[in-house]
Amino acid sequence: MAEVLVLVDHADGVVRKVTLELLTLARRLGEPSAVLIGSEDAGGVYEKARDTLAEHGAVKVYVADDPQLSSYLVAPTAEVLAALVSRASPAAVLLPSTAEGKEIAGRLAVKTGSGLLTDATDVTADGGAVRAEQQVFGGSTIVTSTVVTGTPIITVRPNSTAPEQAPAAATREDVTVELSELARGARITDRVVEEKGERPELSGAAIVVSGGRGVGSAEKFAVIEALADSLGAAVGASRAVTDAGWYPHQHQVGQTGKTVSPQLYVAAGISGAIQHRAGMQTSKTIVAINKDPEAPIFELVDFGVVGDLHQVVPALTEEVIRRKG
Amino acid sequence: MPGVSRVLLTGNIAPDEAGRCLLRPAVLAVWPHRRNRRDTREQRRETGTEMNIVVCVKQVPDTWSEKKLSSEDNTLDRGATDPVMNEMDEYAVEEALRIRETHGGEVTVLSMGPDATKETIRKALSMGVDKAIHVLDDALHGSDALATSRVLAAALARVEGADLVVLGSESSDARMSVVPAMLAERLGMPQLTFAKEVTVDGGSVTIKRLTDEGYQVVEASLPAVVSVVEKINEPRYPSFKGIMAAKKKPVDTTSLADLGIESADVGLDGSWSSVESFQTAPPRQAGTVVKDEGEGAAKLADFLATKKFI
Ligand SMILES: Cc1cc2nc3c(=O)[nH]c(=O)nc-3n(C[C@H](O)[C@H](O)[C@H](O)COP(=O)(O)OP(=O)(O)OC[C@H]3O[C@@H](n4cnc5c(N)ncnc54)[C@H](O)[C@@H]3O)c2cc1C
Repeated sequence: MAEVLVLVDHADGVVRKVTLELLTLARRLGEPSAVLIGSEDAGGVYEKARDTLAEHGAVKVYVADDPQLSSYLVAPTAEVLAALVSRASPAAVLLPSTAEGKEIAGRLAVKTGSGLLTDATDVTADGGAVRAEQQVFGGSTIVTSTVVTGTPIITVRPNSTAPEQAPAAATREDVTVELSELARGARITDRVVEEKGERPELSGAAIVVSGGRGVGSAEKFAVIEALADSLGAAVGASRAVTDAGWYPHQHQVGQTGKTVSPQLYVAAGISGAIQHRAGMQTSKTIVAINKDPEAPIFELVDFGVVGDLHQVVPALTEEVIRRKG
Repeated sequence: MPGVSRVLLTGNIAPDEAGRCLLRPAVLAVWPHRRNRRDTREQRRETGTEMNIVVCVKQVPDTWSEKKLSSEDNTLDRGATDPVMNEMDEYAVEEALRIRETHGGEVTVLSMGPDATKETIRKALSMGVDKAIHVLDDALHGSDALATSRVLAAALARVEGADLVVLGSESSDARMSVVPAMLAERLGMPQLTFAKEVTVDGGSVTIKRLTDEGYQVVEASLPAVVSVVEKINEPRYPSFKGIMAAKKKPVDTTSLADLGIESADVGLDGSWSSVESFQTAPPRQAGTVVKDEGEGAAKLADFLATKKFI
């Protein structure tokens, strides 16, 4: 059976959930081979990641552990994957549909002369043809596409499928890379973490709690954070909020912010403008709290509360904490 | 730096046994100009100034209008929408202008698209861009990101000695966010994308790249490809004077043949992926909406519990 390359999304060997989703989808297309591109100590990274990858069906794990790989932006990872594509002739390459995952995929497509499909919400195989489903125009249209040239390179949105276990060997295979000068063009000289606490990252989070202009001020955003923490959720924001500087830009959801597709999306004090919806409309379950019964966000909700978020959100937080016991 | 040229070519050949990338005319078309470009750039640096900046912009349907696919060929039905400059590209134009204002030099706007794209080009010129290249060719209809990056790369070869290529990080219609990275790959230039801040200093450029947790500081030497996010600046409105001046600014309209690209390699036919079918998503089931009379939070918690979120 042909290999299917899956780029492992991880933080120092702690494998992110989207990787398990990709491995689950990859099994439909062939034999999953995880590609683990490590930090300085990739050996240790493999040891940490191995069990999780094995449980979810990785037959092989390609390990590339040159410290340079993480010192430069995007291009090195694309180069490693391109080398693996020519070596393994995989049936497809799957990557997470995050900002960086898509950029890696884009460069890989150019390098290997392959078609690219991004933001897939489902991937299937049908008699050798790999098909991807994408939801476009804010989820109003579902498109089914195939790659007609080269190796299908597909980025898949986090939370598109439930990870399934399927034990496999996860045999280590080391990859030696000699990075071209080109791949060492954009050097990362500093990484600044502005986040406090242990909240999940917005792009892959299973639950997102977002606040809008209705929150009222930067200080009052604490009520949104408290609800997020009670649910183990990531915090999102509308553009009105990031424009006003109440919350950092990287939390913006929508047309010109992040696209999220969590199991649960909570919108508090957000009107539901078309550009906001473009970033959250494919969420599985949507709830909203808004004092205006006519707010367009209510057209999308599974459950909505018409009321003052400053009453409802703190009360909900208490209720969640109480029920979770 | 003649060594760089060899690396670029091997970099592109190595992964692909068929040598397909090497043979892509876009890359070859850019190639011969590159060394000259470096020379001119180095000369300019020695004399202390002058940035040659190209900003790529796209015309898109207004995000307020409802988008749909045409049932004839599964592409965006542009007749059904009002065209505007992609919002993120306004920030790219503004950033290009600011860099020119600080360092001196020239800004060229590059856009590919149907005849109506002239409006978007005109807007960039009205904002203060010096001149324009419009790639206009019927065969471009339906081009995907790969074809787009290829055409842009070939068109960039016409700008001698570009130091900086600036783009918006995403278009509001395709929303793939891949063209800047692809363009960097094709041009063999460093990729500095999702910038919320750009600083040019002599022969190098440094950005703050927006990430999930904060930002990364990324630096490269010129020439480089930069993509920007909104909030990097506040795009200016064209002034009356700017609008009048724009009418006299040169627009170089080129066809695919001028760029040495075969029609069959772009547009719908040249696309390396294909839309097989599309359907309208089933509308969401109407949900329950309750009015809070003290019980709102408890009811919402009940709902979350039935869905097993708590
Ligand atoms: C090209 C373009 C791109 C854009 N990109 C994005 C994007 O990426 N993301 C994005 O979000 N927007 C984007 N926008 C902006 C978008 O059009 C809206 O302006 C924005 O989403 C509004 O944010 P909001 O819902 O927080 O604010 P508003 O629309 O002002 O809504 C505030 C809501 O809060 C409610 N409210 C007020 N007080 C309370 C209270 N005490 N309790 C409960 N409810 C209360 C109000 O009833 C109202 O519905 C974009 C716009 C354009 C033109």
